[in-house]
Order: sequence, then C-alpha cells, then structure tokens
Amino acid sequence: MAHDPSACLREAIREASPPMTRQRSFDEVLLSVENISLSFGGVKALTDISFDICKGEIRAIIGPNGAGKSSMLNCINGFYHPQQGVITYKGVRRSQMRPHEAAEQGIARTFQNIALFRGMSTLDNIMTGRNLRMKTGLFWQALHFGPARREEIEHRREAERIIDFLEIQHIRKVPVGQLPYGLQKRVELGRALAAQPELLLLDEPMAGMNIEEKQDMCRFVLDVNDEFGTTICLIEHDMGVVMDISDRVVVLDYGKKIGDGVPDEIKSNQAVIDAYLGVSH
Amino acid sequence: MTTPAADGRTETRDTFPKLLALRAASGPDRPAYREKEYGIWQTYRWGQVADEVRRLAAGLADLGFRRGDRLIVVGDNRPRLYWSMCAAQSLGGVPVPVYQDSVADELAYVVEHAGARFAIAENQEQVDKLQEIQRRVPGLEVVIYVDPRGLRHYRDVLSYEAVQQRGARRLAAEPGLVEAEANQGRGSDDAIMLYTSGTTGRPKGAVLSYDNLVWAARAGAEFDGLREGDELLSYLPMAWVGDHIFSYAQGYVVGLVVNCPESAATVMTDLREIGPTYYFAPPRVLENLITQVTIRMEDAGFLKRWLFQYFMTLARRVGPALLDRQSVGMVDRLLYGLGTLLIYGPLKNTLGMSRVRVAYTAGEAVGPEIFNFYRALGVNMKQLYGQTEASVFVTIHPNGEVYSDTVGKPVSKVELRIAESGEVLYRSPGVFKEYFKNPQATNDTKTADGWVHTGDAGYLDERGHLRIIDRARDVGRLNDGTLFAPKFIENKLKFFPHINEAVAFGHGRDFVAVFVNIDMIAVGDWAERRNIGYASYQELAGLKEVHDLVESEIERVNRDLAADPRMAGAQIRRFLILHKALDADDGELTRTNKVRRGFIGERYKPLVDALYDGSRRAGIKVDVTFEDGRKGMIEGDLEIRDLAPHPGSGQSLPLRKAS
Repeated sequence: MAHDPSACLREAIREASPPMTRQRSFDEVLLSVENISLSFGGVKALTDISFDICKGEIRAIIGPNGAGKSSMLNCINGFYHPQQGVITYKGVRRSQMRPHEAAEQGIARTFQNIALFRGMSTLDNIMTGRNLRMKTGLFWQALHFGPARREEIEHRREAERIIDFLEIQHIRKVPVGQLPYGLQKRVELGRALAAQPELLLLDEPMAGMNIEEKQDMCRFVLDVNDEFGTTICLIEHDMGVVMDISDRVVVLDYGKKIGDGVPDEIKSNQAVIDAYLGVSH
Repeated sequence: MTTPAADGRTETRDTFPKLLALRAASGPDRPAYREKEYGIWQTYRWGQVADEVRRLAAGLADLGFRRGDRLIVVGDNRPRLYWSMCAAQSLGGVPVPVYQDSVADELAYVVEHAGARFAIAENQEQVDKLQEIQRRVPGLEVVIYVDPRGLRHYRDVLSYEAVQQRGARRLAAEPGLVEAEANQGRGSDDAIMLYTSGTTGRPKGAVLSYDNLVWAARAGAEFDGLREGDELLSYLPMAWVGDHIFSYAQGYVVGLVVNCPESAATVMTDLREIGPTYYFAPPRVLENLITQVTIRMEDAGFLKRWLFQYFMTLARRVGPALLDRQSVGMVDRLLYGLGTLLIYGPLKNTLGMSRVRVAYTAGEAVGPEIFNFYRALGVNMKQLYGQTEASVFVTIHPNGEVYSDTVGKPVSKVELRIAESGEVLYRSPGVFKEYFKNPQATNDTKTADGWVHTGDAGYLDERGHLRIIDRARDVGRLNDGTLFAPKFIENKLKFFPHINEAVAFGHGRDFVAVFVNIDMIAVGDWAERRNIGYASYQELAGLKEVHDLVESEIERVNRDLAADPRMAGAQIRRFLILHKALDADDGELTRTNKVRRGFIGERYKPLVDALYDGSRRAGIKVDVTFEDGRKGMIEGDLEIRDLAPHPGSGQSLPLRKAS
C-alpha cells in the first residue's frame, strides 16, 4: 500500500470540501422553557432553567452526571411536571401535558436504557412507533380488510423506509432482545422516527458505543436533521460529538444552567470547565 | 440456444444490446432482473429493461459519450448498474467494472489507465472515492450515481434519473438514436475491460470481445443445460469475470433472471427467499456455510444431533453416488429418501439450495470434505477452472465425473496443452483480445497462435481430467530437491475449518515452514465451548490451546504428505500463528482473496527469518489500514512451534533439523 499518495489525497479533500458550517441561523423558536423548577421532595432536580430550541436545529444538553439533564428531557416530554415555570411548544403554553399528548403534538424520544419491546421484531417495534397514526378502529383492524389493510400497507412502507435509512435490513425480523446494544439503540431511534416527529429528544444516543458506531449514529442524527428537517435535542456526554454536530449547547450543573451558546463559546466557558473538572463551587 | 450457422441472422445476436432487443421483442413480460426495495422483491421485465437501457444510453449520448469511450462501473450488484453496462455498449462504448471495496488509490489507477471520462457509482461511498479521484485525474468528467442517500448537497454529480430524463428528451427528438448505434456493434468489438487483480504488480486490463463472451455464455449454458427463466443470485463482485459471465452474459444469452440481494449482510436470507436454480460460490463461502451449520448443530438437542450424524453419514456414502447416477441399493435409497424428508430437505432449504440444479465453485482448491458435504445433500456441486483471460471457462466437471481432486475436462471448443515446464496452456474462442495498453504483457501471456499461458502448473490424469498443482511461478524446490508446491500445502491446511489462510515457505530452504491465520468464528466457537476466554483476534491467536489445536491439524496434513513419496520431504516442520488476519486492504491478499506471497514474505521478513533460524519466539510490527482509511500499527509477539516429520512411505531424506 503506497502511503504518500493516499495521505496527500486525503489532505486535498479535507481542504477542498466545504466545511460543515455549523454556524447555521435559525429564527423560529419551536420550544421554549422558562424558569423551570423541579423538585422531588427536598431534592431540587432543576432550578430556574430557561432556554429555547429553534426549529431545525440540533440542541445539545450537557453536564456532569446528576445535573438534571434527563429530568429536563422528561419535563419536555411530559413525564414530569415542574412545580414552577412554563413550557411553550409551537407558540402554545402547555400546562400539565401528558406524555401521550406530547407524542400527539409531534414530540418523540429515545431512552437512555432502551425501552424497546424485547420479544417483538425490529420491524414490529418500528411499526409501534406509527401507533398514533393508526386511525382505523379495532373492528377493521381485526378483519384486516379495506381501510385497515390500506393503512397497514402505508405504515409498512414508512417503516421500511426507516429501516432502509438506518441500514438495519438484515435484522428486520430478529427479536430485538437478541440484538447487540448498538443495534438496539438504532432500532429505538427508528421507532422514534416512525412517529414522524417535529421534535426528537435523544437521551444519550451514543452511550456504550465505540468510535465507529458513534460515527454511524452521528451520521444518522445529521441525516435525520438534514433530510426530514427534524429538530433534535440530545443529551450527550461525548464532547467530540457535541462539539461536532450541535448548533447550540445548554450546560447544566446541579440543576442550574451554567452555560448556553454555540459550541465554541461553551468550550471556553470557565464555569463549564470547572464543572467538568470538579472544582468545588 | 446453439450458435446459429451463417444464415444472416447471426448479426442480430452477436452483441448484448442486440440480444436485449431480441429478448424484449420475443418475451417482454418475462422476468429479467429482481431487486429488493423496502423489503419487497421488485421484478423488472425484459420490456422494461430495454426501455431503461435505451433512455440511459440516450442520456449518456446527450452528455457526450462517444463510441469507444469507457464507463467505470463501481458498486454492489444492482440492476441499474448492469443496465448501465448495456447502455454503454449500445453506444459502442466499453464498461469497466471495478471492485467496490477498492480503495481510492486502486480505483484511481484503473480510471486513469482506462482513460475513462464517465463513471457510474452506486452510492455515496463510491461517489466520494470518485470525486477524490477527479481532483487527480481531470480526464474523469462525469460522475453518475444511483442511490441518492447522503448526496443531496453534493455538486458536480448527476443522478441516474437525471441522465434518463435527458435521454427521454433526446429520444423524443431522435427516436432511433440508440437503435442505430447499437446496430453498428459487431461481435469482434471490445465488449468489456476487466482488470485482473494481480498477485504481483499492477492490475492489467483484459479486453474481452462480444464473441468471447457470447461463446463462453453459450458453452457454459449448453454444458449444463441452463434454461430460460433459471434464477440466479448475483452477489459476487461485478468486476469479477465470473459474475460478468453468469449474471450478465448468460443473463442475455440464456434469459436468466438475475436477482440482486438487498445488501451484503442479507445475502443468506435473500438466497433462501429466491431459491436460485443456478448457483456459484467461492470455496470460502461454502466452507463458512458448513461451519455455521456445524456450529448450530452442536447447540441442538440430542435427538436432532443424532439424526443429523446418522443421516449425514448415510448421505456421504449414498448421495454422491445418486447424483452420479450410479447403482445404489434399495434399502439405501429408501433411507436416503427418509433422510431427504427429515434432514437434507430442510437443510438445503435453510441454505437456500432447494432448487439448485447446478452449482459451481472455483478460484481455489476445494477441500474434499466440503465438496462431498454438498454432493451428499444432493446439490450438484461441481468445480470449474478458468480465468479472466479465458472468459472464464477452461474446464468443468462433467456430470457423473465429479472428483474433488480434479478440475474437470475441457469445455466445448477449449483445447488444452501441458508445456514441458508443466505449465497449463489453453486455446479457445473465449481467449481475450489483449491487455489494454500493455502489448508486452499480452505477448508474454498469449502466443502468436492463440495459446494462453495460465501460469498454473498441472497435468492431465488417466481419466482425462485436469489436475492443478500450483501457480507455476510459485512451484519451487527445497534444498534437498523435494518438490515444493506452496499452494498445495496451503490448501491442505485450509481444508480444516479452524484455519482460514496459510502461507507456506520453502523454496531454497531446508524445510517447509508456514504462517497460519485462524478462522475467528470457528476457533472462537471452539474456545467458547471449552470455557477459554479471549477478548480479541490477537489474543485468541496467541493462546496455547489454540496453538495445540493448530498443531494437531498440521500433524494430520503432514501424515497426508508423508503418504505421497513426492511430497514426503515437504512436510511442515515449523509454524506460527499470525496475530492479525491477512487482508486485501493491507495489500497482503488480492481482492479475490489470493495470497500475495512475495509481498507477505517481505513485509513479515522478521517472522520468516525467525522460522528458519531456530527462534522459539518472534516479534513483529506491521502497519495496518483500518476500514475508514486511517493507519495504525499492530505489534505481536508470536510463538513458533516445531513438528517432527512422519516417516514417509517413500524416501525419507534426512533433513538437517533446525537447531
């Protein structure tokens, strides 16, 4: 293998390719949280958090363990109801929204520890993501005739499109419980995508993956954002991933917001550095 | 379809575009290609195919594709890529398919050497490589892609649909454009250029004419009675001459249905779903299938295992005889029939071979156990011997004469000759025209009266079958004069499922020593069943237990060698297990997985030296290329083991034992 020509070639492409400009501008705010405070008894999970997510952007929420990131996502999703503060989604103030209402409004999410139906196949799991769009009643579905059948074909087509997109054709019929972790995460992403959400919440989508798998996941996340225009809010620990793919970042620590801005600003923010290095404060 | 006599109608069947027109006219609704889209098999019929090809050809013409231009085709097996080859040929151009896993460097060489202005790629990965190359090779003007995923923001690429739209507009203005061009084609024209992945030096572009390919397609089809409508799964690289003959040439000549699998990972499932009637697999694939079956059988319950053992033993005895139509006793027949119901039928079904009428394997020697396994099940597995320069067919096993140690008898009009040196030469209507831009190599390979040097050493046995010993260049001698045929020894080693690859050294040495590559799956499974832990290939390859296992298998090879008086002196005396698998990306193997002996000898020189200077251990550091192109280094500290030779039945020459 000649080393030099290939290395030169690679340098040349890197120079010639347009850099992935992450300085994209967004005007429309899709979701905004104002002064959110959440406590469980004496434990203050979130204190006075405010930030917004613009339509079409990739927003990352980062912070050390226990900072309240998953709690924040759960608030957006409707699992938790904050004691104080207001969540405005698509211009409408929400109060005490239930998870299924959030889903109906176009919010879908993945879970840190995977919440797939272990006995069902990949295809079936992804089809369940279409559940909210299945309109025909029990009667027609039981007969599998007429409108129910047409609808099922349509849903199947969508599910197959997602399978194709995520390159998981070879595990279409495999029960997900048998799949390795990385593939399960991909299937879960597929299920979230099946709902055709406007806002996609990803809770640590790259956890437990090696470099290659992370690159694959990043590619999918970017493609979802690019191809479908889905707004993405993700919690992530891998700084490289965060810096590379997100448009803006929110940093939480001990339930408080200590940073909010573009990745470059956050990287040099002293408070953020302290939080990660564990300087007592 | 027999070759028609000179009755004026030959002109309508001598090129593939013309054959396509014929098929579309005589049977437009018969299936021609299949592809899985969104989980469902989509069928394209001959009429549709002709239409697609016509529009694409018109589009290419509109973009400036001229007679004699070359079209690089790179990607997995896709109907559209096959059609693009026919489109190029319709305009008098020459398609040049390239291995899809080539690195940019290899691809750049072919693009430049072939002087191609046009390229069609399957997907983003291939487009990336081509765009890289465009910066270096400005002659590459047009890059077309088939799968749009990920290409939305790319500049200077055209989609397949866009080209067809141009074509449709052009055809509206000049309806007979493509037909007129296609009718100018002649059988003697260049049909395709296939770059042979050399085991030494740069690849050479073998040019084959329509006559070559059509003859080969017909010869092969007649030999084994292929019929219109036979189903084939096309999963082998389009750049390989075998796929070109089976999927492309025979597709048009015989009217086969070419099924393209969904992805490399789904080939086994697709095989099962399609149930081809005509099948080809390289020996490695056949071996892997058996390994998988054996591994899964070990997990089965007692009854199933017992049934499997009993019936497979029966099958090995009775199956091949039944296939060869030899006489078999009544009881055996009944038992075999029961076996078909219980074991062979379901097993063939799982392997996707229920409907296979003829199956070929080629490329390397097949282990007799592997060969017999399939024939025992009733799959008519045969060997075929050939090369790119022959348009594939040189010899095939005739039905009823299938022996695992030969490669068959000459096909149709093939003439065979063995030179003084033992090299095999052949002459046939399938012999290539020339190596593109390389008259030197052409003259070295093809004599003035059309005989081709295969580069293989072999002989014809008493049954009239050809037996190949080794690459002529590689056959050497040990210092004591014993014949050293490295491939012969390596193949014996590779027959064991635990050994994936082997490299033998011995020419000009006192004794034979080998590098061994273990098979990760088979040995991994073996280790797991014995509760031996390992974390990586390197660790597995370093375990003492694994060395013991390999040693016992080499012992068996030695015993075999000892039984042959000519080979007794070539028994393996020392071996080591490589810490990393030999890989084409590192240049150690060709793209068709043949060992690059010279390169490996140089790269692993410290290990070779250690084998011959008596060291018990050896260290080695090698550069490797990871799949995404990054480079790294792998270090290993390897154990070297000695083996005592078996006393031969023939001469047992006293060799100086390594101190």
